[in-house]
Amino acid sequence: MNKTEFDLVVVGGGPGGYVAAIRAAQLGLKAAVVEANHLGGICLNWGCIPTKALLRASEINHLLHHLGEFGFAADNVRFDLQKVVKRSRQVAGQLSSGVGHLLKKNKVTVFDGFGALAGKDGSRRLLSVTKDGKPVAMLSAQNIILATGARARVLPGLEPDGKLIWSYREAMVPTEMPKSLLVIGSGAIGIEFASFYRNMGAEVTVVEVLDRILPVEDEEISALAHKAFVKQGMTILTGAKIGPITKGADNVSLSVEAGGKTHALTVDRVISAVGIVGNVENLGLEGTAVTVERTHVKVDATCFTGEPGIYAIGDLAGPPWLAHKASHEGVMCVEAIAGRHVHPIDPLNIPGCTYCRPQIASVGLTEARAKEAGHKVRVGRFPFIGNGKAIAMGEPEGLVKTVFDAETGELLGAHMIGAEVTEMIQGYVIARTSELTDAELKETVFPHPTISEAMHEAVLAAYDGALHI
Amino acid sequence: MSVNILMPALSPTMTEGKLARWLKKEGEAIASGDVIAEIETDKATMEVEAVDEGTLGRILVEAGTEGVKVNAPIAILVADGEAVPDAAPTAGAPEAAPAAQAATPAVASAPPAAAPAPAPAPVGEAAPKAGRVFASPLARRIAAQKGVDLGAVKGSGPNGRIVRRDVEAALAAPVAAPVAPKAAPQPTPTIDVPHTAVPNSSVRKVIARRLTEAKSTIPHFYVAMDVELDALLALRAQLNASSPAEGPGAFKLSVNDLLIKAVAVTLRRVPKVNASYTEDATILYDDVDVSVAVSVPDGLITPIIRNADRKSLSQISNEAKELIARARAGKLKPQEFQGGSFSISNMGMYGVKEFSAIINPPQAAILAIAAGEKRAVVKGDALAIATVMTVTLSVDHRVVDGALAAEWVAAFRSMVESPLSLVV
Repeated sequence: MNKTEFDLVVVGGGPGGYVAAIRAAQLGLKAAVVEANHLGGICLNWGCIPTKALLRASEINHLLHHLGEFGFAADNVRFDLQKVVKRSRQVAGQLSSGVGHLLKKNKVTVFDGFGALAGKDGSRRLLSVTKDGKPVAMLSAQNIILATGARARVLPGLEPDGKLIWSYREAMVPTEMPKSLLVIGSGAIGIEFASFYRNMGAEVTVVEVLDRILPVEDEEISALAHKAFVKQGMTILTGAKIGPITKGADNVSLSVEAGGKTHALTVDRVISAVGIVGNVENLGLEGTAVTVERTHVKVDATCFTGEPGIYAIGDLAGPPWLAHKASHEGVMCVEAIAGRHVHPIDPLNIPGCTYCRPQIASVGLTEARAKEAGHKVRVGRFPFIGNGKAIAMGEPEGLVKTVFDAETGELLGAHMIGAEVTEMIQGYVIARTSELTDAELKETVFPHPTISEAMHEAVLAAYDGALHI
Repeated sequence: MSVNILMPALSPTMTEGKLARWLKKEGEAIASGDVIAEIETDKATMEVEAVDEGTLGRILVEAGTEGVKVNAPIAILVADGEAVPDAAPTAGAPEAAPAAQAATPAVASAPPAAAPAPAPAPVGEAAPKAGRVFASPLARRIAAQKGVDLGAVKGSGPNGRIVRRDVEAALAAPVAAPVAPKAAPQPTPTIDVPHTAVPNSSVRKVIARRLTEAKSTIPHFYVAMDVELDALLALRAQLNASSPAEGPGAFKLSVNDLLIKAVAVTLRRVPKVNASYTEDATILYDDVDVSVAVSVPDGLITPIIRNADRKSLSQISNEAKELIARARAGKLKPQEFQGGSFSISNMGMYGVKEFSAIINPPQAAILAIAAGEKRAVVKGDALAIATVMTVTLSVDHRVVDGALAAEWVAAFRSMVESPLSLVV
């Protein structure tokens, strides 16, 4: 093999692609990654990681304004937005170069450029790499994994202009704090930005087309989040219809119909967070058996596209749009290519986390979905107010909700809102993946004092009765 | 030191076969002589016995894999406590190779030579009851609630662990595939009257499984006819009288020998019954190989008279005697009872008036022969006495239709009633 021949080439170096390449190298395959922008993809550079750095800053800001509760006093509390943003960028940069080291350590070749399918050479697939329109290399590979990810969906009239209307990208590197902000869309991305800006002091309005915020979460959790955000001073308009937008010199005016009323809004900035579309363009899919449906590539349970030698993973291959789903698919897909026996991912075992304040985390079916699916359910609820650690931490607002199948004791779903829940959901994910029932969860000894005890109590609440409520 | 368990050859000509199922799981202790797996060729199922003892470290070839080459490693046997290598140890030395190594086919375990199993149905797969069953708590609970025997379920989870989908598949199997073999290991009914439980031998289990499979997957129908034997008996007496008293040319033909020949010649005349059904095609056999059901102490076995249509009666007679004797002694070689294109089951010596037999897959038909007895018959509007036997042909309706079955039985009758063509 010469320098352009590989066992596996991964197009896209995000959390799906780079992980797939590392796994391939571990299994003895000669692997390459083609990345057009930054290693680590959106997740590391413009998504999960830098937003967590920002949200951490906003939590600290919140805490600094509530020092009195803990017996502290501090005057003149303020922040330097540039330094907050700079830290977030440094975190992203550090991790992106970390990915470069990991790939190098595993002897994965990295090509800087845009990868596109370019036909076949016998049974091998060809992939052209271009940079700024100029050819960089022609690669040949036994198998190719497409992992080009997704980008923000753009609604007509709400095209990001870099100044007044922001996508996630501009929202992540503000040069000054907007006094007022409109967030369109209340999925995880919209809510995280709303939470960041609100906790940094901006007036925030969230607009959602559906009848509740965080529509994929359990209805009870959505309602509690709604209540908590309103208490923090956010304005939330659900079931909303957005009227035409008028851009001013440094603000935006629009009308929003919601709840039978018309709200005339004038805000400094607008963040559009209305979902994503897959990066399916210019990949050379024409003339192949690869099927694109609603901007995503159709794949089977092992991420195979139907075109020999071509696989797709992560956001490109469909929902849920989560980095951990992409990474897991990357590993599974490579293992399948390497001839290993793999287990397709059960979407109901993929947890989802939103890092707003209070945090939200869930796995499996919501109560409503479980009932729709025909399950007779047993539901357990445990509020943080009954948890000693949560009270001691000054975080008494939160809820853990469990949904069990009444007949089999299967944990159908778990839904949490409150402090640290994103760090705790994995307990329930392990339970689901291992197919534990209520019996094992009841018998598990949870450490005291921890917020995780609320998880135990929520199981007991579904059956014998919780102890501390 | 780990040892490869190799794919055994069931017969000298076998080059590959199907690893039907594992009777031991990874991590299970194995004693020398334990049956660890079952191998199928297109004709038979054989058990594989362990030669060495140790722990079944890793299964290299999954159950249900077809086309496994003889002497390919199928599993790794390790000493207790030894780490399990990922891949088969590559035995450089040739002495580490062939069948002598760790697996030998167990002799005389297959009853009526057998068909390739249909798609493995989870419930039908008897797995060992002994030893620990690895199953998720949810799988255990659902199994308990629905009465699924986890010992009979094959796990698809990590390291073969039984997970919910396996139990659900087991539950769904009989519904989804009505022609699938019924679960052989039914939940044992509770028997509380005084009794003696005789443990099922492996032969008994294979018979149970094969016949259940045959009777529940093959659409049988039956065609019976009375056949007069007097001409054939006269011919037999005449031929036996002509045999030298002793020496190499001596023979003593039985009625059964003549019937084997009659069946063989009839199959040559009506060749569409000398067949097998497969999904894609009906297989018409070139040779006429007649399997003869022989009862043995713990079941039955079907030695084969190959090319019976081309052999003389004395050849058939001597061959049948010899095969039957060795069958009863458990000394048949696999190739002597695996295969065959048509079967005969004769219960005439027990005075049976008539009976129907279960087809021996993948064959398309079996002839059940009852006792010859003197009966009143009508000849030319007058009563007469004749020696008559009732034969019943069981046929696979997928291959043989009613008219064809009737044609075959009629041809058989005329062959027996005008038996001179048996000696030419």
